[in-house]
Amino acid sequence: MLAEQVLSQFEATGVQTCFHGRHINPQIYADLNGSNWHLKDYESRGGYQALRKILAKNSGVTADDVTASGMTPDQVIAVVKESGLRGRGGAGFPTGLKWSFMPRQYAGQKYLVCNSDEGEPGTCKDREILQFNPHMVIEGMIIAAYAMGIAVGYNYIHGEIFKTYLRFEEAIEEARAAGLLGNNILGSDFSFQLHAAHGYGAYICGEETSLLESLEGKKGQPRYKPPFPASFGLYGKPTTINNTETFAAVPWIIRNGGQAYLACGKPNSGGTKIFSISGDVELPGNYEVPMGTPFSQLLELAGGVRSGRQLKAVIPGGSSSPVLPGSIMMDCTMDYDSIAKAGSMLGSGAVIVLDDSRCMVKSLQRLSYFYMHESCGQCTPCREGTGWLSRVVDRIENGHGHVTDLDLLDNVAENIMGRTICALGDAAAMPVRAMIKHFRPEFEYHVEHKTCMVPLYV
Amino acid sequence: MISEESKVRFAQEVAKYPVDQKQSAVMACLAIVQQESGYVSAESEVLVAEFLGMAPMAVHEVTTFYNMYNQQPVGKYKLNVCTNLPCQLRDGGKALKHLEHKLDIKMGETTPDGMFTLQQCECLGACADSPVLLVNDQTMCSFMSDDKLDQLVDGLRAVGDK
Ligand SMILES: NC(=O)C1=CN([C@@H]2O[C@H](COP(=O)(O)OP(=O)(O)OC[C@H]3O[C@@H](n4cnc5c(N)ncnc54)[C@H](O)[C@@H]3O)[C@@H](O)[C@H]2O)C=CC1
Ligand SMILES: Cc1cc2nc3c(=O)[nH]c(=O)nc-3n(C[C@H](O)[C@H](O)[C@H](O)COP(=O)(O)O)c2cc1C
Ligand code: SF4
Ligand code: FES
Repeated sequence: MLAEQVLSQFEATGVQTCFHGRHINPQIYADLNGSNWHLKDYESRGGYQALRKILAKNSGVTADDVTASGMTPDQVIAVVKESGLRGRGGAGFPTGLKWSFMPRQYAGQKYLVCNSDEGEPGTCKDREILQFNPHMVIEGMIIAAYAMGIAVGYNYIHGEIFKTYLRFEEAIEEARAAGLLGNNILGSDFSFQLHAAHGYGAYICGEETSLLESLEGKKGQPRYKPPFPASFGLYGKPTTINNTETFAAVPWIIRNGGQAYLACGKPNSGGTKIFSISGDVELPGNYEVPMGTPFSQLLELAGGVRSGRQLKAVIPGGSSSPVLPGSIMMDCTMDYDSIAKAGSMLGSGAVIVLDDSRCMVKSLQRLSYFYMHESCGQCTPCREGTGWLSRVVDRIENGHGHVTDLDLLDNVAENIMGRTICALGDAAAMPVRAMIKHFRPEFEYHVEHKTCMVPLYV
Repeated sequence: MISEESKVRFAQEVAKYPVDQKQSAVMACLAIVQQESGYVSAESEVLVAEFLGMAPMAVHEVTTFYNMYNQQPVGKYKLNVCTNLPCQLRDGGKALKHLEHKLDIKMGETTPDGMFTLQQCECLGACADSPVLLVNDQTMCSFMSDDKLDQLVDGLRAVGDK
């Protein structure tokens, strides 16, 4: 046996995490089985119909009247606006609005970039989109490029999912060979070149301006915003960046209409969303459900809390989002407004579940280490502050904490927030403050007794 | 030395970018170097710099900024175990400990026979598959219970130098 064969036995199949049949009205993950990712499979699911509709190139498969006239770029943007689609990368910025910022008459090159650098702890949805349905992202990108008059695009893929990067390259080749990418797409006068690029292990490169620096072949240190990429992006040119899942939502919207997408979710939170559920649940995985689905229902889909234990806390939107006690979470619905009202954020949709055997100090310790490790170091409050946070949480966990440490943590967090170039600083500070706010007695117990209040942590 | 085969791959990467932006291919070229040589040496940084028309220091900045580039030789198999919180909640830390025990090395070390290097790493973007580990920057191994970790190590040992 070769090493490759030994290793291949352990590669994920997606059966547990994606093809479990427990999505609710899925659009992106609908009808996937792991092997039907090729162009012909995607087309048999209605793939590239949206593109044909826009370019007025009816495939002959369906008799759709609208395809006769096609859609103008402005019409495409109007439909995306109407859909209520918001950026799935975490900030939830309205996608149609972002697209309308791109200067229409700009003389030089403009760029389209897909952010597949998914590295937010808890988030594992983009990997499965790219692995099992890459053409949906490609079609979404072609439509976006058409809407904004962009001729060149890149998909920047997390280096750690290297095989997914290779698959995406293969999918690009399939699309190119079929005349769906490249010059004069489907015989129209619209041309779009798409390439795959990869990171190599830097969380910060998920931040859009850092990603652009990395694409330019530099270390990925974020730039000041504004100017936003829409005016100064890749190689200084106007650039639109969206998350993988954002692009993947677009073909469905064009095919079914903006209103239909909006109606799937809630006002202000249109469509479906993929939630990555990790931690103390029976069935961790990705679950695509309509926006506004009650958290309790989502938890049920994931098999409930592991081993029948009690729900203690939930980090609802990736490690950067503030933790919420289980009781508050059970009253939330999974959409931007509900989670924001509860004091956290929907973020990337990574739901980290903690049961009643978990010590919050120990949990925070690992996250604080992460932010220290991943700070790019260019702003002092973040570079020094993340180190402070990590060291102080560390000493509390290890029984060397002082009574004043809780105030110190709050003070350091306060001094990071709003004083840095990118949002990583806030992302490091917010979880600390939320942990102390909701679980202060556990931190105090640690300082006083030099040990966990909850000793079961495995 | 960079093989002719790698140079062909370099050229494919360069072709993705505008002609005056060859530097954009540096990440991919360094990854190719690492796949070929196991690590990125100072000499290969210079060769990549020449190929892309960059200053060697600019290449070095890239090698040192991104966690996955090996700046020193590593074992034949580099095992990166994710121990970030979502994985920690599902035995990611335990998997690392198990490997330390099985390989009789501490994290960050290489086995004396040069077969395995063991590292902890940050989120691999596969949190629902925990415990997960990445082998040689390319192959993600999922749901790695202690049994499977043993199979993995024993399996790779059995393959040996082939
Ligand atoms: N998916 C993941 O793995 C991760 C996601 N995140 C999320 O990222 C979020 C922060 O992202 P940022 O990009 O810093 O947020 P942001 O609010 O600065 O920007 C969001 C998007 O809207 C655009 N935008 C905002 N205002 C604009 C304006 N006036 N003109 C033109 N464009 C404008 C930005 O260019 C960007 O694409 C956090 O909320 C966090 O949830 C953080 C870490 C990892
Ligand atoms: C530290 C940091 C890391 C980020 N990582 C990612 C990421 O991995 N993927 C992503 O799509 N957005 C990430 N973002 C958000 C991006 O900056 C940007 O808002 C997003 O890609 C825009 O796409 P969207 O509007 O479709 O969400 C990150 C932001 C920060 C501050
Ligand atoms: S906030 Fe941190 S990660 Fe962001 S630019 Fe500043 S130092 Fe770098
Ligand atoms: S936290 Fe381990 S893969 Fe995401």
